[in-house]
Amino acid sequence: MGAQTLYDKLWNAHVVRQEADGTALIYIDRHLVHEVTSPQAFEGLKLAGRKLWRSASILAVADHNVPTTGRAQGIADPVSRLQVETLDSNCAEYGVTEFKMNDVRQGIVHVIGPEQGATLPGMTVVCGDSHTSTHGAFAALAFGIGTSEVEHVMATQCLLMKKSKAMQVVVDGALGKGVTAKDIALAVVGRIGTAGGTGYAIEFAGSTIRALSMEGRMTLCNMAIEAGARAGMIAADDTTFAYIKGRPFAPQGEMWNKAVACWRTLHSDDGAQFDKVVRLDAAEIKPQVTWGTSPEMVVAVDGRVPDPATMTDPVKRHDTERALHYMGLAANAPITEISIDKVFIGSCTNARIEDLRAAAAVAKGKHVAPNVKLAMVVPGSGLVKAQAEKEGLDRIFIAAGFEWRDPGCSMCLAMNDDRLEPGERCASTSNRNFEGRQGPGGRTHLVSPEMAAAAAIAGHFVDVSVD
Amino acid sequence: MRKFTLLDGLVAPLDRANVDTDAIIPKQFLKSIKRSGFGPNAFDEWRYLDHGEPGMDNSKRPLNPDFVLNQPRYRGAQILLARENFGCGSSREHAPWALEDYGFRVIIAPSFADIFFNNCFKNGMLPIRLAAEQVDALFKAVEPTPGYRLKIDLERQSITAPDGTEYKFEVEAFRKHCLLNGLDDIGLTLQHVGEIKAFEAKHRAAQPWLFA
Repeated sequence: MGAQTLYDKLWNAHVVRQEADGTALIYIDRHLVHEVTSPQAFEGLKLAGRKLWRSASILAVADHNVPTTGRAQGIADPVSRLQVETLDSNCAEYGVTEFKMNDVRQGIVHVIGPEQGATLPGMTVVCGDSHTSTHGAFAALAFGIGTSEVEHVMATQCLLMKKSKAMQVVVDGALGKGVTAKDIALAVVGRIGTAGGTGYAIEFAGSTIRALSMEGRMTLCNMAIEAGARAGMIAADDTTFAYIKGRPFAPQGEMWNKAVACWRTLHSDDGAQFDKVVRLDAAEIKPQVTWGTSPEMVVAVDGRVPDPATMTDPVKRHDTERALHYMGLAANAPITEISIDKVFIGSCTNARIEDLRAAAAVAKGKHVAPNVKLAMVVPGSGLVKAQAEKEGLDRIFIAAGFEWRDPGCSMCLAMNDDRLEPGERCASTSNRNFEGRQGPGGRTHLVSPEMAAAAAIAGHFVDVSVD
Repeated sequence: MRKFTLLDGLVAPLDRANVDTDAIIPKQFLKSIKRSGFGPNAFDEWRYLDHGEPGMDNSKRPLNPDFVLNQPRYRGAQILLARENFGCGSSREHAPWALEDYGFRVIIAPSFADIFFNNCFKNGMLPIRLAAEQVDALFKAVEPTPGYRLKIDLERQSITAPDGTEYKFEVEAFRKHCLLNGLDDIGLTLQHVGEIKAFEAKHRAAQPWLFA
């Protein structure tokens, strides 16, 4: 066999059978489940009288609907409460491991999988959630699926799919001060567009990626879907193994050594062919801020809001005009002159311990600006929260005027009570700036944790790459 | 699953690129534990002037007269004409459920987001990719022609316009077979239980840590 990409290796290792047109039956190792996209799947299983194929492959958690304050009182919204209770009863009935709302291990599904060692290199990982691409940071083939497919995996441990094309995104060089994995992700989306990765699985490679921590790699793979790619992935290396070692679901003893020997093969071979290669120079990436209603509508913080009058493509011009109208922004306005109403530090993109440390370092000894009505920090899991408290990060945030909340998806998509009011402008470390995403009429600017914290302190965007 | 063979349907145009699944069905409606009843909330934030929440009587809510699907001429449309990257963002299958419940069986666009595209086929819906110029021509044809319909023939993989113009489209053989026959994916896969079990045993022997 010739030189293979990481994607080839992961794919080939999971093909159960293949149809004449190339549609393959792919075996799924890990199935992560949350309350929003699973009730109809469990119901389908029940109605058809089917069994779960392998309950031990599933790890379940409620994250989208859970409140981030006053959790001891339960969930106030009866519709949200029913959805979480439905997950609880389905997991109990089918013998599925679930971290319930008041378990310290509860958190955002894409934070807790890796945190528990439930995401391992070489795995196929699926979840009824588009940000499942996150887990590709561990040299896993991980992608989001719809509810029909959730049911399909529950019943058969497999999925029917065709192989995607392979794209390599190579980033080389050292990142500048204040530039993070989030900025790489936004720069990639800005470069190739939100449909640039459609039909592809993206492998991130290059010296910049090698130098990233696992938290950074997760942030980057998380946003592969914002570039249109269902799966993002990064080769396994010592950074990967050091992160996994000792976690509850990780192999131990002699099994660990065997696993690592296997995992060391999980990289693209020299000379492997990609259908498309995109290169970025790390030194040219500045802190990024989105200005519009799609993640590809992004510029460097020292830039300006674009001017639709200069655009020749009529569809693009129309979309830009519409986005500026929704966002309440004037063409050519400097990004650093945009003032904000709220700040959200959290989500499956940026709510891990390293993200909180970075934000706390910016906030330390300072205070949230008077024009900022609410600045909230929502840790990605109960364990992230506990670690942050051990390090005193909670006290730094609280002293600076931030609210310190309980873990969940929170204002990334505003399914619980955390949301923007119409017209409010938010500096957010989440992943989507779609119209209404953080609340009807809300205006989202996607940024890194450092940038969000700095904006909270200044009351407007500031360039964290300059002193 | 409902079969899809032929459709002669009214066309409604949604002239906007990158329509995301948050726009197709906003998050507050995802709290439902059912898979039906999402149609009245399809495009909720664009379609109504007030803010929608689950449990509201949608027939009493003020409609946004500027939203294209609210125009009486598009009532009963079964074919949605859209632009690039339709269905991007969240994997929520509630998006195709909402469109299907609204009445759409076919969506024609130059490109679709992968997960949305896939989810459509699981619900007896046919997403069709045509070249951007062809989609553009259809937009230009629909606008001045009230009652504009298209005939979709999945077996022949063709779209026929009122003036006789025929557009051919691609569809993967396996997906086509499932749609034409209304086949349930899970039932099909379970015909291969023996192969799955054999694979699983081999996989477990090679990488036992995956099964911990």
